[in-house]
Amino acid sequence: MADAVFLALTVITIGSAIAALELRSLIYGSIALMGTLGGIAGFFFLLDAPFVALFQLAVYVGSIAVLILFTVMLVKRELIFNKIEDKRRKFAGLGLMLLVMVSLGAVFLDSGIKTITTDEPASDFRDIGTDFVTYYWPALILMGLILAGSVTGALVLAKREDVENDQRAS
Amino acid sequence: MTSELVDFTLVSIALLGIGIYGLAVKRNFIRMLFAVEIIINAANLNLVAFGRFLPHAGGQTMALFSIAIAAAEVAVGLSLIIVAYRMYQNVDIADFRSLKG
Repeated sequence: MADAVFLALTVITIGSAIAALELRSLIYGSIALMGTLGGIAGFFFLLDAPFVALFQLAVYVGSIAVLILFTVMLVKRELIFNKIEDKRRKFAGLGLMLLVMVSLGAVFLDSGIKTITTDEPASDFRDIGTDFVTYYWPALILMGLILAGSVTGALVLAKREDVENDQRAS
Repeated sequence: MTSELVDFTLVSIALLGIGIYGLAVKRNFIRMLFAVEIIINAANLNLVAFGRFLPHAGGQTMALFSIAIAAAEVAVGLSLIIVAYRMYQNVDIADFRSLKG
């Protein structure tokens, strides 16, 4: 049963990843990107990591995808439907993709990764919480500072300096 | 759980390949950001899969850190898109040439 779920999730994830890059409209592309991110969350559920899966749903599908949708809406209409890509580089890109997939896939299939199985129970999310506040606490604080700094930086970057305050009010 | 570690790894490799294709071929800034997102998600999938099968809680912890940092990266990337679009009225990276020597 889990295999059918796994196959369905694979089709959803990879299919919508291709659709996100290849659909003509950027709006449909970002909705397809939501499908990819949701599929990854499904894989996290299969891997007995419900906490990471819900985090992924909340952060990626809930906020990042919506943020991307709003940015797409700010772009001019003809640019949304205009597909910009180098025709010459398309075949090189396809070749690069196949090279990465085949070589990395061959390396992984040839390694001893197939023999790795586990019967142990999945790690509890309480362990993750304990790890966060004991062993990883400096990294946690640093991550908070990085998030605050990047959001502040994003706000400063996106601020319009050519508009005066009285113009903004009107 | 009947799916093995190698299955998750192969899905992750496929997503990595698609992301590299997008970064190499597309010239639209927003689409390149999509490709970066897909690559980051492939990495997260690998982290959680290895953390499940080894088994070690560190995989999930690293994945959580990675998701949070990716959120910061997207915020900065999108504001860069807005600034570049305001300057050039375009999202084609071939037009963003003001730093070109």
